[in-house]
Amino acid sequence: MKTNILLAGVGGQGILTIAAILDTAALASNLHLKQSEVHGMSQRGGAVQSHVRISDTKIYSDLIPQGKADMIISVEPMELLRYLPFLKKDGYLITDSNPFLNITDYPELEELYTEIKSYPNHILIDAKKIAKDLGNSKATNIVLLGAASSIIPLSEESLKQAIKTLFQRKGDRIVTKNIDAFNKGKEIATETVS
Amino acid sequence: MKKLLLGNEALAQGAIDAGLSGVYAYPGTPSTEITEYIQRSKLAKELTIHSQWSVNEKTAMESALGMSYAGKRAMAVMKHVGLNVAADVFMNMSVSGINGGLVVVVADDPSMHSSQNEQDSRFYGKFAMVPMLEPSNQQEAYDITKYAFDLSEKYSLPVLLRMVTRLSHSRAGVNVGNSIKQNNIHLPKNATQFSLIPMYARNRYNYLVNIQSDILENSENSYFNEFIKGPNTSLGIIASGIAYNYLMENFESGKCPYPILKISQYPIPKKPIKKLFNTCKKILVLEDGYPFIEEAISDFLGENRNVIGRLSGAIPRVGELNPDNIANALGFDIVIDENLPKVVSGRPPELCVGCGHRDLFDAINKLKTETESQQVFGDIGCYALGALPPYNSIDALIEMGASITMAKGAADAGIHPSIAIIGDSTFTHSGMTGLLNAVIEKTPITVIISDNSAIAMTGAQDSSASGRLIDICRGLGVEENHLKVITPLHKNLDQNIDLIREELNYNGVSVIISQRPCVQLPKEKKDKLKKIKNVSLN
Ligand code: SF4
Repeated sequence: MKTNILLAGVGGQGILTIAAILDTAALASNLHLKQSEVHGMSQRGGAVQSHVRISDTKIYSDLIPQGKADMIISVEPMELLRYLPFLKKDGYLITDSNPFLNITDYPELEELYTEIKSYPNHILIDAKKIAKDLGNSKATNIVLLGAASSIIPLSEESLKQAIKTLFQRKGDRIVTKNIDAFNKGKEIATETVS
Repeated sequence: MKKLLLGNEALAQGAIDAGLSGVYAYPGTPSTEITEYIQRSKLAKELTIHSQWSVNEKTAMESALGMSYAGKRAMAVMKHVGLNVAADVFMNMSVSGINGGLVVVVADDPSMHSSQNEQDSRFYGKFAMVPMLEPSNQQEAYDITKYAFDLSEKYSLPVLLRMVTRLSHSRAGVNVGNSIKQNNIHLPKNATQFSLIPMYARNRYNYLVNIQSDILENSENSYFNEFIKGPNTSLGIIASGIAYNYLMENFESGKCPYPILKISQYPIPKKPIKKLFNTCKKILVLEDGYPFIEEAISDFLGENRNVIGRLSGAIPRVGELNPDNIANALGFDIVIDENLPKVVSGRPPELCVGCGHRDLFDAINKLKTETESQQVFGDIGCYALGALPPYNSIDALIEMGASITMAKGAADAGIHPSIAIIGDSTFTHSGMTGLLNAVIEKTPITVIISDNSAIAMTGAQDSSASGRLIDICRGLGVEENHLKVITPLHKNLDQNIDLIREELNYNGVSVIISQRPCVQLPKEKKDKLKKIKNVSLN
């Protein structure tokens, strides 16, 4: 088993939190793991990505080769498409539908949706709204993680445990809200996919 | 015990476990997390390891040398361009040698993710004739750092430890071992070693030159340089540092059919290279950064070499390595696809919403419409983004501190107004001396210190300038009437423009401190800043 997950978004949208959850869960499950991330200037409102690789055998490269990503999880629809050359044939696209508008030439949303929908394996959801309805719009990233969870080779239990470990510092209420966000994401994804 | 660590963090943990007594550094991507990890480490605190930021890389490296002089193990940490700033002491301490183990960690940035150039620090290691190490993965970053201190003490020389962005900023599980005790204070047996007046320096330089064959032999027998046999000798591969990982990624079985020489210690080990050359028809060199090994072996293997790599064009000459460009060099049939759907547009980084630099650039741009000749020299920091649209406020920016000195040169050439924009931390890093120079000559320039009270770009580390700018400028001799403070806020725009215009018209040195804390500062830092008495001229 070797799974390559590419996380995409704009600096500050919480993709490194998703990465940290995957890392923690993979390590707790005694799996091999490599996760590269972006620091420095590109975090200032620019495009950022993180490569997460999980395997039961040794992993060499910190970067995913082109065409080898099993899925791209994005917190924003255009950023999802930026990393398409990495996607495996039949790989999954999972994204929030809400654009992050800090550039003047942001494309027409409908065009982006059309492009995304042209891929058979896609999950396009309004994660932001789901998170907001749960009373924690900051948890958009966790909703998306939940939505992707059934295709991630880590047990639901280990992912939830990782969420607990990482958010413990912020108190039980925040932990619960994030677990709720995860559950809701998973539920919605099951509905849309089936 | 397995810990989840960034390459930088693994290195830092390795240093703590090697009996480190002090880390000296100036923040710079991709090196920053090394020092931050030690600052956060409970163990490091218990061991009272010194870990405060230095004012710049030169002071950092000199302080590390002082700690080593006292017999303790020290580390100096910086990004590649930081080594240029510290090059003076680096070159000289390779001659003086060290006492307690001294490791110089330099993080290179191939592909310029966050830098002005791609310079390869291995050239500095060769230049200074010191041993060099280059880990290939996170575990090795930990192990090799421990080894680096022993190696440094073995030869009484500083050791250069080279990282690259991808390894610095990639995480994996790392087996962490035991830590050893710190050295006690013990002064050098032969103190003249550290006095580089010519008669002593010549002695030490002789030692350095004479010991080169030993250092080479050590590298040739190093555990970190591995010769891996392979049945197919039509190609031999030299892979240094992280390149080894990208290479192996291309073989699903985890086995490469070609013989490989994996290099993680330098000087470039000649013997195993000759062995590879004698058995293989062709040599492929994989290295992140410059064609350092490729160039060197092309020379000593002679004219009839068949060496390919970055120089030969088998790997692109610029940018970082990855599994794909290596696959191409191996002759695998892969198409590197850079085509994105047409709907995807670029998203360059930009100043945060609400950032004070924005309001400063608005003012500068208004003034630009009033004069044809205005030139703005920028510097290194978040405000470098003022060189991009929508601002386009900055005409030139080269390296830390160059804003003031370039503005001076341009003014000497007759340009008026000549403006320097420099951050508070960059100003103390390497702007102060240039300002003194301008003050002495009464050069007509306007220096705007954009003071956000932090080293914001690398994650809001404390700035040595906080609360001190006015005093520093006064001390350097800036005239009281031309030392001004403004608050860059939209509501102050007209007022700020008027004030800046007035100073632009002054025929001498003006300093304007544009002061508003970075909006990204964590709350504790903002509170702390409030306590530092806010400087004001009134
Ligand atoms: S990090 Fe601070 S200084 Fe840098 S752009 Fe953002 S607000 Fe401005």
